[in-house]
Amino acid sequence: MSKLLQLLEEDCTLTPEQLASMAGMSVEEVKAQIKKYEDDKVILGYKAIVDWDRTEREAVTALIEVRVTPQRGDGFDRVAERIYQYDEVESVYLMSGAYDLTVIISGRTLKEVAQFVGERLSTLEDVTGTATHFILHKYKEKHLIFEKQEQQAKEWIFS
Amino acid sequence: MNYEHLLSTRIQEVKPSGIRRFFDILEEMKDAISLGIGEPDFVTPWHIRDAGIYSLEKGFTKYTANAGMAELRREIASYLDRRFDLQYDFASQIVVTVGGSEGIDLALRCLLNPGDEAIIPVPSFVCYGPLASMAGGTPVYLQLKAENEFRLTAEELKSAITPRTKLLVLPFPCNPTGGIMEREDLEAIAQVLEGTEILILSDEIYAELTYGQHHVSPANLPQLHDRTIIVNGFSKSHAMTGWRMGYVCGPREIIQQMLKLHQFGIMSAPTMSQYAAVEAMRSGDGDIEKMRDEYDGRRRYLVEGLRRIGLPCFEPRGAFYVFPDIRGTGLSSDDFCERFLMEEKVAVISGAAFGPGGEGFVRCCYATSMRDISEALTRMDNFLTNLRKKQARQG
Repeated sequence: MSKLLQLLEEDCTLTPEQLASMAGMSVEEVKAQIKKYEDDKVILGYKAIVDWDRTEREAVTALIEVRVTPQRGDGFDRVAERIYQYDEVESVYLMSGAYDLTVIISGRTLKEVAQFVGERLSTLEDVTGTATHFILHKYKEKHLIFEKQEQQAKEWIFS
Repeated sequence: MNYEHLLSTRIQEVKPSGIRRFFDILEEMKDAISLGIGEPDFVTPWHIRDAGIYSLEKGFTKYTANAGMAELRREIASYLDRRFDLQYDFASQIVVTVGGSEGIDLALRCLLNPGDEAIIPVPSFVCYGPLASMAGGTPVYLQLKAENEFRLTAEELKSAITPRTKLLVLPFPCNPTGGIMEREDLEAIAQVLEGTEILILSDEIYAELTYGQHHVSPANLPQLHDRTIIVNGFSKSHAMTGWRMGYVCGPREIIQQMLKLHQFGIMSAPTMSQYAAVEAMRSGDGDIEKMRDEYDGRRRYLVEGLRRIGLPCFEPRGAFYVFPDIRGTGLSSDDFCERFLMEEKVAVISGAAFGPGGEGFVRCCYATSMRDISEALTRMDNFLTNLRKKQARQG
């Protein structure tokens, strides 16, 4: 079954027919299994990875290190939840090491991101400190390279 | 100058490949989808490329030992033992060549005397016959059959052996059929060869690309071991076609003679490629599995797709080709390929290009993206539907 997940993680545009051949399952089995994965939240969703720099739209992404005071009973979960509820927040990870949470947020402008950090994030009562790093350029994400790769010229060799 | 008069008779007798004209059309057609090229669509894994680059940075640009760097031959010996249970002495039984092709050429030139026959099962890759002829030998083509999944049977082999037979070429896993030879098939071959002095040239360039079963080399059978010369390389297993890295291994007495010829003709295989190959042998097993897994998914999809649109094909268990039977269309293989290309802009290769036994079949390579395979299948379906309509109108 993990074969199906592996195929979908690489390319979720594969059709049930293609997935069935590739994973050695029937089309019905594939559809049923995908539904089960979705119901069980094993598969969270399907999204395109977009390079906004190639479009007209302005976008700013920041990685924020957040230090928080863990709460009795809830640990970090409650504060993480209060952070991830914001629409601007793309990702939240609990970290080992010098700080506690990594928060990745995107906004349309630098000001928008700064406002979020200053007004929403750092004012949360359990947050004891933040450090904001703006992402200047994306090279690779989810195994996909942003730069257009130069291709070797195609030669028709009979092999 | 009358060049025809000056060129050797042998080279003039070698027929040019008929595929060139087809490729000329293709080169003009910029947006064609290709299931035609016979090489991995993957780029060489980065750690292997990096090792090649690093060797250049360090200035390792001189010749290596004629047989190849000892370090590389040691790694090849350990790889063959680890993955195929084959034991060869790195110092005397392995020579690193410029691709598998050079290995085939060396073997044929070192073994064939004028009049010696080399049995070449076909359809298979096109180089064996011309190279055997250039070496002074006589190629004897032996047609394999689709109903046997293009395996070589004992009866077929028996029928081809004459007192002049010197060598049997075993091109398995096979380009273009995807056919393989399993242990019991090889055991049957061994029985036929018992008591003869016929040698085996086993081209195992696709050995890592088998699906559902492990590759068995004739050299894995004790009764065939001493008469087998293995040709292998990095092109298909590690997506390294352009590095031109291959090797031969076999009986010391034969390999040492091949080394003599290699030394005069080549000197040594490219040094940076050898450094990259060391890395491939040392840490490349994971890359092989990953690529094979990927090919396997595409293979299943293409086989099922071809059967669905009405082209029978046996399940290929090796290499990265499917070899569907197009006899039901009433077209020759050449016509099928040319019309398919002109009408639907998809390139597949005529089976007739791979020797007499290939007529009636076409080679589809699945070392290409799922998107292209999928689109090629849709267009193939269109092509066949239109063809049937036309034929119905005419009939």
